[in-house]
Amino acid sequence: MLHDATIAQLAEALRAGKFSAVELTDHFLARIERLDGNLNAFITVTADSARAQAVRADARLAAGDATPLTGIPIAHKDIFCTRGVRTSCGSRMLDNFVSPYDATAVEKLEKAGAVMLGKTNMDELAMGSSNENSSYGPVRNTWNRDLVPGGSSGGSAAAVAARLVPGATGTDTGGSIRQPAALCGITGIKPTYGRVSRWGMVAFASSLDQAGALARTAEDAALLLQVMSGPDPRDSTALPDPVPDYAAALAKPLERMTIGVVDDFFDDGLDQDNAQRVRDALSVMERLGVTLKSIRLQNIGLSVPAYYVVAPAEASSNLSRFDGVRFGHRAEGAGDLTEMYMRTRGEGFGAEVKRRILTGAYVLSAGYFDAYYLKAQKVRQLISEDFARAFRDVDAIAGPTTPSPAFPLGQKVDDPVQMYLNDIYTIGAPLAGLPALSMPCGLVRGLPVGLQLIGPHLGEGRLLCAAHAFQRETEWHTLAPPGI
Amino acid sequence: MDWEAVIGLEIHTQLATASKIFSGSSTRYGAPPNSQASLVDLGYPGVLPVLNAEAVRMAVRFGLATGCTIARRSIFARKNYFYPDLPKGYQISQYELPIVHDGHLEIILDDGEVKTIGITRAHLEEDAGKSLHEDFQGLSGIDLNRAGTPLLEIVSEPDLRSAREAGNYMRAIHTLVRYLGISDGNMQEGSFRCDANVSIRPRGETELGTRTEIKNLNSFRFVEKAIQVEIERQTDVLEDGGSVVQETRLYDAGRNETRAMRGKEEANDYRYFPDPDLLPVVIGDALIERLQAGLPELPAARRARFVEQYGLPAHDAVVLTANPESADYFEAAVSAASSASPKTVSNWFQGELTAILRRESVEVADTRVSAATLASLLDRVADGTLSGRMGKDVLEALWHGEGSVDEIIEARGLRQISDAGAIEALVDRVIDGHPEQVAQFRGGRTRVIGYLVGQVMKASRGQADPRRVNEILKSKLAG
Repeated sequence: MLHDATIAQLAEALRAGKFSAVELTDHFLARIERLDGNLNAFITVTADSARAQAVRADARLAAGDATPLTGIPIAHKDIFCTRGVRTSCGSRMLDNFVSPYDATAVEKLEKAGAVMLGKTNMDELAMGSSNENSSYGPVRNTWNRDLVPGGSSGGSAAAVAARLVPGATGTDTGGSIRQPAALCGITGIKPTYGRVSRWGMVAFASSLDQAGALARTAEDAALLLQVMSGPDPRDSTALPDPVPDYAAALAKPLERMTIGVVDDFFDDGLDQDNAQRVRDALSVMERLGVTLKSIRLQNIGLSVPAYYVVAPAEASSNLSRFDGVRFGHRAEGAGDLTEMYMRTRGEGFGAEVKRRILTGAYVLSAGYFDAYYLKAQKVRQLISEDFARAFRDVDAIAGPTTPSPAFPLGQKVDDPVQMYLNDIYTIGAPLAGLPALSMPCGLVRGLPVGLQLIGPHLGEGRLLCAAHAFQRETEWHTLAPPGI
Repeated sequence: MDWEAVIGLEIHTQLATASKIFSGSSTRYGAPPNSQASLVDLGYPGVLPVLNAEAVRMAVRFGLATGCTIARRSIFARKNYFYPDLPKGYQISQYELPIVHDGHLEIILDDGEVKTIGITRAHLEEDAGKSLHEDFQGLSGIDLNRAGTPLLEIVSEPDLRSAREAGNYMRAIHTLVRYLGISDGNMQEGSFRCDANVSIRPRGETELGTRTEIKNLNSFRFVEKAIQVEIERQTDVLEDGGSVVQETRLYDAGRNETRAMRGKEEANDYRYFPDPDLLPVVIGDALIERLQAGLPELPAARRARFVEQYGLPAHDAVVLTANPESADYFEAAVSAASSASPKTVSNWFQGELTAILRRESVEVADTRVSAATLASLLDRVADGTLSGRMGKDVLEALWHGEGSVDEIIEARGLRQISDAGAIEALVDRVIDGHPEQVAQFRGGRTRVIGYLVGQVMKASRGQADPRRVNEILKSKLAG
């Protein structure tokens, strides 16, 4: 079926003229129309502009002016600003916000000829690990509608898993690409901090936020990342380094590689079946010529508390601009300025966002700053040093992406700490600014689980090569959810 | 008791960059509301700041000119508070690591003495927008044209001891930033304003008293008046056995008093933390050397040179070098003049020309009488062609565009009569026509000569050289 094809395959077929971009777009739009009702992966579907983009893509294909993404349908997480299209960020606060400009990632993908089908659902303002925090209702897991898809890029992950779109953008602050990719059985990569410009991405925690790609294969993720990445004069934290040719790197045989395995990741907190799938995957890696090496990351156990100080601190400040004055929700009938602020923010933000704003304001307050924010930054530094030390001996670090497969909707909503612990394996990489990906490595009780690979600074090319080699050898990434 | 005032100033000077500190919007003053507010200035979701390198260079130039240490690495922080004209809900400023620190500036006190004032630090920050509470019937308008305008906040040590010293220091900083070309220093437009920290203590005491902060003073005169009344208020409070409350106060110029601001501002916890959207500002030796080499002659050096090179009194040098345009004008006029002395140029510049500029509300830079023209006028006075009185008339005529100095002299028939023969004839006529006064003079009432000189001048229609008239009249009356 058309929708089972990968981006790489679709691109080849488009260039061979087997079908047009318009036909491809209509096919996926029809699937969204038919299947998204109970999945809730999309907040906004942009059918008309998608068809217009597809018409332009066909013209480029005919003119021989196509890139590998020309005519490929994609979806953007609703955190990316899209000109003329509502950019809600999963929040009631921005329900009426139509962005006047495009995010750099959106602009680059459009320039490459990709066709945007719509904006995907997400935890409100990217805060969550289950997608239950969306103001637009939870996304459901494609493998089992009673389970969460993971978060915060849950809409993008579910849409790709359900073959509603072959690839999608996401953002990852503490695991928001990798965790839903694992729980939905797809491949997701968060590159090095600064590899993709943050211009036009609604900010959650600026020092951690990083855009990336979700697709079914590492090869497809590489195609998307290739276009999204690169320097940007509008983002001072974007890296100036040129973007290597990922596709060319993938085409070569896997080079000799040493992968570090963190033994501490396989402790009681990890589902034992999940652990076994990860070990099996590591055996496959060994067969591919990879050398495994046991390593320790001494301070990684402190990553969750450090993250839940730094990220809320930055968020509390980043979200101050949502004040009802210039855009977004504004409470009706407030008597004075203070009341307008309080009611606007009280109505516009959901419970998890408020919890993080309060936490963040608290840790930055006079008298608490040193004990929390400053200490968390020191821990972050120690974690970065641990990684740097490890990468002197290994080329990548492998382990589970999540402690378990997808959990039931509603199970952890009332227990933020349990919810936060879901990020235990994914939080280290963003704290150190490192690239990391998750790819399917098996099923646990019929549900997908992920293998995570973490790389050194700007090591995303190596990670994609390893993942691609693994996917040539295995079929986990080709499994479709039941009924899809 | 004998009280001593201790004052420190925080001067906010707007940097004269073409675009804002973190966006490409223009900083031009006076544009229609919100016409110079980009998405970055509006704090839209997803936008990011990018530091204007020119603002950094300007701050470093200031640091170099005041002997500051230039921070090799400084960082921007967020100062968090909610206000409608603060679009992001935080101001990007520098907190723990300012771009320059620990410098000093020499100021000249009224008695001519030189005093060194410590500069604690100067840091870069963005300005907020403006709230407009009139014209909107029950609503407030927000103009974000000013939001994101680069400011250099210059914080002095508490080294100032009187309102007048504070005013002199503020003038000296104003002069300096104008010399450096880093600010237009326009106070009406808010490009140069300050907050004053004021406390008093018994003279001889080394501990500081409790201070108050007077916000938003936007003229030299107000700075001096506000500080003076605040010193008096604190003195009254302490002498009545009370204690000064640390608080923020506003100066009411109409009533010439300071008033406590509502307490809300005081309770703010700004939750400063490093701005993760901006990289640290790293300044290398090469940039410092280049900027050092590019510094202009600074006010103190120019002042000293004016005394040395032109033989001017110190006071003249202070006035002439108060801003670069005046000093440039003076030097251009001196070099264009062939017979007028530098002191004459100085006198005319400070006297007649400044009077006209004030009357017409025109800055030196926009004067309608060029330095070369003034020089040619003063040459005519120096060579005796014009009397001082006539020179003033010619200056007015020059201002009104009636032609060159010589054309005006010609057209108005203003040539001074110095020729002894011509004056003698006039003197004779006046002596003949005023026998009574002549008799009075000869009878000992010598004061009457003033009347007779006046008559001669009148007869010459003001063109006779009064000095010569006086001489000739005296000798004839004596004869």
